[in-house]
Amino acid sequence: MTATDPLTAPGAVAATPAAAPGARQVWRRLRARRAALAGACVIVLLALMALAAPLLAALEGQDPDAYHADAVDSALGGVPIGSFGGIGADHWLGVEPGTGRDLFVRLVYGARISLGVGLAATAVQVIIGIGVGLAAGLGNRLLDTLLSRTTDVMLALPSLVFAIALLAIVPAGFPRPVLLVLVLGLLGWGGTSRIVRAQTLTLKSLDYVAAARLGGSGRWRVARRELLPSLAAPVATYTALLVPSNIASEAGLSFLGIGVKPPTPSWGQMLSSATTWYQADPTYVLLPAGLIFVTVFAFTTLGDGIRTALDPRAASRVPGRARRRKEARA
Amino acid sequence: MTLFVRFALRRLLAALLVLLVLSIVIYALFYVLPGDPARLACGPKCTTAQVDQVRAQLGLGHPVYVQYAHFLHGLVVGTDVSTGVGTEHCGAPCLGFSYQNGEQVTSLLAERLPATASLALGAMVLWLVLGVGTGLLSALRHGGLTERVLTALTLAGNAVPVFITGILLMLLFVSVLGWLPFPSYVPLTDDPEQWAWNLVLPWLSLAILESAKYSRLTRSSLLETLAEDHVRTFRAYGVRERSVIGRHALRGAVPPIIALSALDLGTMFGGAVLTESLFGIPGLGKSLVDSVRTEDLPVVVGLVLVTGFFVVLANAVADVLYAVADRRVVLA
Repeated sequence: MTATDPLTAPGAVAATPAAAPGARQVWRRLRARRAALAGACVIVLLALMALAAPLLAALEGQDPDAYHADAVDSALGGVPIGSFGGIGADHWLGVEPGTGRDLFVRLVYGARISLGVGLAATAVQVIIGIGVGLAAGLGNRLLDTLLSRTTDVMLALPSLVFAIALLAIVPAGFPRPVLLVLVLGLLGWGGTSRIVRAQTLTLKSLDYVAAARLGGSGRWRVARRELLPSLAAPVATYTALLVPSNIASEAGLSFLGIGVKPPTPSWGQMLSSATTWYQADPTYVLLPAGLIFVTVFAFTTLGDGIRTALDPRAASRVPGRARRRKEARA
Repeated sequence: MTLFVRFALRRLLAALLVLLVLSIVIYALFYVLPGDPARLACGPKCTTAQVDQVRAQLGLGHPVYVQYAHFLHGLVVGTDVSTGVGTEHCGAPCLGFSYQNGEQVTSLLAERLPATASLALGAMVLWLVLGVGTGLLSALRHGGLTERVLTALTLAGNAVPVFITGILLMLLFVSVLGWLPFPSYVPLTDDPEQWAWNLVLPWLSLAILESAKYSRLTRSSLLETLAEDHVRTFRAYGVRERSVIGRHALRGAVPPIIALSALDLGTMFGGAVLTESLFGIPGLGKSLVDSVRTEDLPVVVGLVLVTGFFVVLANAVADVLYAVADRRVVLA
């Protein structure tokens, strides 16, 4: 079969009941939702900031790891000199109390960890989830039962507790951001896998898939050519909401002091050292807290928008027993 | 009734099976995969002789399945553990011995339970009030500005990590307004008034996070029921609106709310790690972070097991409670 096979052409896919609306229609619906669009703009800005971190640092003329003893008042225990945590022409967002490191540069570099770990962990989750879901949906009964029960257990586990415990037994030499991606990725694929399995079971019984099998396509080819394109919409919907949850998890682990190790700047870690300064220097608390808030909220709004754009009924759908899943964010 | 008992038994049996699998996975992850689990279990400050003793205690010379059987035997029946200077008996749910604290893990964790329970139970009361209240309000003001504002607020509340909410609340109520003391945990048995006063902020932080789900659940369930024929019939008969909502429409929302509460409470009992760390509450969650920092492996493993136990148990209890509230489930 070639790419021009009429059974796999976009029109044929769109005609099936489980298929998603066309890309143009989705884009139009998404554009109509102002909140989602605002979220997308914020995300683009944050991504640009992360990518251009060295450039922005050069523009301000500061280094993320340089100490500035002259910017803090050692007589007062290291409180930054000047109002609002030492905001001024030299240090655009002030300095870190105690050390005097420049906050703007550290926040900008922190965006790399936050977005990088959040997106990479989501990628790992989605890849494992699609693999396991497809295998469960297409495999024999034994394989399906085995994989489905494993998925159930993965979904029930409090992932934060497991992530913390796993981070404890890995040797200190292992690069921390990679470790975070792996731990979050390996613990969080259950939701994607469940969705993919359910979709696969529905799609498997449709005429166009049956036709492809009759035409001599093997299992693997059916999965790749016929099923994956139709899985894109439900997976994208779910993925859009996985990203903010992963970003929050990374911030949480770094906040607890078991994520990214200093001196690598990370928002969660800055926030945890800020809690000891929250009365003397509120600016130091508000900056990382505000950034984590804005980032997570922007991704959530966009995800919510994508969900409604792909399936307008989803917004009013009743959350049933299947949605009783606890995300370990407490 | 027999049908229901059979359902409950089947559900509990399944939970036991999951727990068994979980214990195998945890044992494999923490005592088989690492290169030298004895060194890990003993901690970074142990001498070689002490590590050898721990190695003998864990039975690392034996095949893996014998080691696991020993571990499981300790969990279910109890066993004798070596303390480094001698041996002592370790009762039924034996989670091992913390060589760093010189204490059995089970009793270490038992000391931490009251703080975690205080946090979880108080927060649950608050999130139920907040969640059901806002859900009810936004369902009754369906389509209006109140609903829009409440929907946005619950979306934000659920999206923001709990430590951000907590810090912002602390900044507002402790630093700016000065209404509350900086939270420091006071046991209930010492001083009930101070206990509650110091827990207000942690409770509120958790409630803001959790109430969003309950709000959405209440709202959608209420809207669904209000659109049904029997509700229209009640109204046509002249039943008062308050009674229509309170007696009939809200009833449909009760089973999922009970089930979700059981589930959330189970997870909280495993320790609200972030909340406890932020507010310095000496519960199970804070003990997890502390023992990871000091590399106290037996405590870490014990905590993972306990958390897993609470979650699996809560899942089973939630299903059974759901069946009690809505008998149709049993037949499915």
